[in-house]
Amino acid sequence: MIENPHSCGYHDQLSVAANDFLREIKVELSGGEIVIQCLKDEGVEYIFGYPGGAVLHIYDALAKSVDIKHILVRHEQGATHAADGYARSTGKVGVVLVTSGPGATNAITGIATAYLDSIPMVVVTGQVATPWIGSDAFQEVDMVGISRPCVKHNFLVKNIEDIAITLRKAFYIAASGRPGPVVVDIPKDVTDPNIKIPYSYPTNIAMRSYNPVVKGHIGQIKKAVDLLLAAKRPMIYTGGGVVLANASDLLIQLVRHLQYPITQTLMGLGAYPAPDKLFVGMLGMHGTYEANMAMHECDVLLAIGARFDDRVTGKIALFCPEAKIIHIDVDPASISKNVRVDIPIVGSVDYVLNDMLKILEEKSYATDTDALKQWWQKIETWRAKDCLRYNKSSPLIKPQAVIEAVYKVTQGKAFVTSDVGQHQMWAAQFYHFDQPRRWINSGGLGTMGFGLPSAVGVALAHPDEQVVCITGEASILMCIQELSTCKQYGLPIKIIMLNNRYMGMVRQWQEFFYESRYSHSYMDALPDFVELAQSFGHVGMRVEQPDQVEAGLEQAFAMKDQLVFIDFVTDPSENVFPMIEAGKGHHEMHLSPAGELA
Amino acid sequence: MRRIISILMENEAGALCRVAGLFSARGYNIESLTVAPTEDLSLSRMTLVTRGSDEIIEQILKQLNKLVEVVKVMDLTEGFHIERELLLLKVKAKSAEQRTEIKRLTDIFRGKIVDVTELSYTIELTGAGEKLDAFVKAIDLGDIVEVVRSGSSGISRGDKGMRL
Ligand SMILES: Cc1cc2nc3c(=O)[nH]c(=O)nc-3n(C[C@H](O)[C@H](O)[C@H](O)COP(=O)(O)OP(=O)(O)OC[C@H]3O[C@@H](n4cnc5c(N)ncnc54)[C@H](O)[C@@H]3O)c2cc1C
Ligand SMILES: Cc1ncc(C[n+]2csc(CCOP(=O)(O)OP(=O)(O)O)c2C)c(N)n1
Ligand SMILES: [Mg+2]
Repeated sequence: MIENPHSCGYHDQLSVAANDFLREIKVELSGGEIVIQCLKDEGVEYIFGYPGGAVLHIYDALAKSVDIKHILVRHEQGATHAADGYARSTGKVGVVLVTSGPGATNAITGIATAYLDSIPMVVVTGQVATPWIGSDAFQEVDMVGISRPCVKHNFLVKNIEDIAITLRKAFYIAASGRPGPVVVDIPKDVTDPNIKIPYSYPTNIAMRSYNPVVKGHIGQIKKAVDLLLAAKRPMIYTGGGVVLANASDLLIQLVRHLQYPITQTLMGLGAYPAPDKLFVGMLGMHGTYEANMAMHECDVLLAIGARFDDRVTGKIALFCPEAKIIHIDVDPASISKNVRVDIPIVGSVDYVLNDMLKILEEKSYATDTDALKQWWQKIETWRAKDCLRYNKSSPLIKPQAVIEAVYKVTQGKAFVTSDVGQHQMWAAQFYHFDQPRRWINSGGLGTMGFGLPSAVGVALAHPDEQVVCITGEASILMCIQELSTCKQYGLPIKIIMLNNRYMGMVRQWQEFFYESRYSHSYMDALPDFVELAQSFGHVGMRVEQPDQVEAGLEQAFAMKDQLVFIDFVTDPSENVFPMIEAGKGHHEMHLSPAGELA
Repeated sequence: MRRIISILMENEAGALCRVAGLFSARGYNIESLTVAPTEDLSLSRMTLVTRGSDEIIEQILKQLNKLVEVVKVMDLTEGFHIERELLLLKVKAKSAEQRTEIKRLTDIFRGKIVDVTELSYTIELTGAGEKLDAFVKAIDLGDIVEVVRSGSSGISRGDKGMRL
C-alpha cells in the first residue's frame, strides 16, 4: 500500500479509487499497448523520446493513442534533459522512451544528471528480444548494468505480465522518498503486438524492501527546536530538498517567525525569495561573502534538505567550526556523510517543518533577540562589502549586467534554465528567484548541454510563462540540435548566450591555478550563431554594446511566439567572484578586484 | 575495524550486482561475501565482511539500506554472534608419516578428510576465519595443492532472528 506519495504530488489516492471501478472491465492489450496504457494511467502528459528497432512496437501503440503527447527530440540526451526540465519545473515525474543500444547509452548522461540532483524520472528503454540477450545482438547493451550506478533503481522486464506492476513500481520509486531516475528496460518480444493479455493497472503496490520514512522523530525535532531557540548566531542553510518536498511555504513561515538569516545552495534557490532581506545569498564556492562568513561564525546551523556537497563546505575541517548542526533529510545516507551532525532528523522536509512549526508555536518563537540583533549587525557589515559588485562603466558588455537586465525585463518571473560554467554562476547570483522550481540547472553532475533541452521540457509544461535559457557558447553547442525540436513544437524560448569565446569557467581556473596557460579552453571556429538560429527557423540577434543590452532583450521578449537566440558578446576576461578555492575554508574567499574597492 | 554485515534481500537477478557495485563505486572494501536463498525462496541472505572506520561503516550500512531490493541490514559485530566459514584443502599425502601427521592435525582442528588418493588428502573444515587461518598455517606450505574458502557466514546468538 502506498502511503504518502508525498513530495512530488504524482498520484492521488482519490483518483485511484475512482478509477478502480473502470478497471473492473478488463481489456486485452499487447505489451506495447500496456506500456502506453500504464503511462496514461499514471497521468503522464508528455513522453520525450526517439524511436528505434527495439521500441517500434511501443511506438506503434503510441501512434494509436491520442491522450499522450510524444515529443520527438533530436538526440536521446535531449530527451532525458527535457523530461528532467519538465520534472523540475512541475514536480511531476518526467518520462523518456528510447531504443536499445545507442539510444540507451545516449540517455545515460541525462539519467546521471537527474540522479545527482534527485529528480524523479522514468526512462523506458528498448532491449533486444529475450532469446537474444547476452549474444552481442544488434544494438544490444546491458542497460541495466550500464545504468546501475546512476539510477535510483532499474528493472529488466522479462514477461508481458510484469510490465504493469513494474511501471507502477518505477513511478512510485522515482517520486517517493529521495526522488531519482528509474530505468525500465523492456525486450522487444515482451511488447509483441500479437500477444495480448488482460490489462489492469495495479492500484496498490506492496514493497517490503522499500518504505521511505517521511515523518521525523518528534523527540529529535524537540531537541532541535531547543537548540535553535537558544542560538546566539543562528544560520539556516537549505537546499534542493526543500524544492523537491514542495515545502517552500513552510520554510518561509519558519524563517519569518524566527527572523534568522538564511542561505541556500545552488539547488535550493527560489524556495525562499531571494529579494527578502533575511536571505543572505547563495553559499559555497561562488556564494556571497556574507553567507560564507555567517556560516563560518554561526553557533547553530539548521540544514534542511541539503547534502553538504564539497562545493558548499569547502575544506571540511574548517566547516562551521563553532556550530552545533541540525540536519533534516529524507535520505539517512545524506546525514553525517561529509560533516558529522549533532541532531539528525530523518524525514521529509514538509512533514518535519510542519511538526517543527507547531513546537515553535508552543514556545512562542522565543529567540534570543538581543544576541540576534548583534548577529545581524555583524552580517550587515559583511553584506556592506557588496561582494557581487562589478565594473559598470566598462566599454565591454559585462555578463552580470546581462543577467540583471534579463531579471528586470522578465520582472523576475521567468523560468530560467542554464548550462554549466560562469554564466550559470552569474545567473544564480543575479537572477533573484522568488519562487521554487523556476531555477533549473544541473548542479551535481554539472552537465554542459543541459540548458536548451531542459528548457524544452519547461516550455511544454508552462506554455503561458516566459522561459529563458542562459547559456555559454561552449555549452550550447553540446545540444544545439534541440533547436530543431523547438521549431517543431513552436516553443518560444529565449536563449541568452553569454559569448565570451572561452570555456570561461575553465579559463578562470587556468588563470588562477595554472599561471594563465589557457590550454584548449579558447573556443575557436565558432559558428555565426545568428545565422545558425535562423537556419533552424528561429530569430537570431547579436548584441555587442553595453547600452544595447536592455533594448535587445525588450525586443526579443516582445516576440512572444518566437524562439529568439541572442548572442551577447561579453567581456572575455570577466571572472566569477567571490570564489573559494577547492580545499579552503569559507572565510578564505577571493573577492573581485571591483569588490575589493568597496 | 573488521565488521560482519548481514543482509536480507529480495532474491532477484542482479541483486548481488547492486551490492557489489555499491562497494566498488564507493570505494569500500569487501573481504568476503557469501549469498544464498533462505527458507523463503523469495529472499536471499548475504554475509559480507568488510573493514573501515566507524564513519565508513555507518555509511556502508546506510547505503546498503538504501538499495531498493534490500529488506534488512544488520551489523553482526555489534552483538554476540557466530561466524563460520568452510575450508576445503587439498594436500599432498604420500608417505605414511605424512599421512599420519595430516590426519592428526585434522583431528585437532575437528576437520574431516573427505577424499583420499594415493598421493593426497582433501580436508573439510569449518570455523571462524582465524581458526581456518591457523589450520592452513599448520600445514606445510609446500604440500598444499589447493585451498578453497567460502567466505564467512554469520548469525546472531540468542533467540532473536533477522526476519521480515
Ligand atoms: C560550476 C558549478 C559551480 C557550483 N558552485 C556551487 C556553489 O558555489 N554553491 C552551491 O551551493 N552549489 C554549487 N554547485 C552545485 C553543487 O555541485 C551541488 O549540486 C549543490 O551544492 C547541491 O545542493 P544541495 O545540497 O541543495 O543538494 P541536492 O543535490 O539538491 O540534494 C537534495 C538533498 O535533499 C534531500 N531531499 C530530497 N528530497 C527531500 C525531501 N522531500 N525531504 C527532505 N530531504 C530531501 C536529498 O536526500 C539530498 O540530501 C556548483 C555546481 C557547478 C556545476
Ligand atoms: C559535458 C561537460 N564537459 C566538460 C565540462 C567541464 N566544464 C565546466 S564549465 C566548462 C566551460 C563552459 O563554457 P561555456 O559554456 O562557454 O560557459 P562559460 O563558463 O564561458 O560561461 C567546462 C568545459 C562539463 N561541465 N560538462
Ligand atoms: Mg564561454
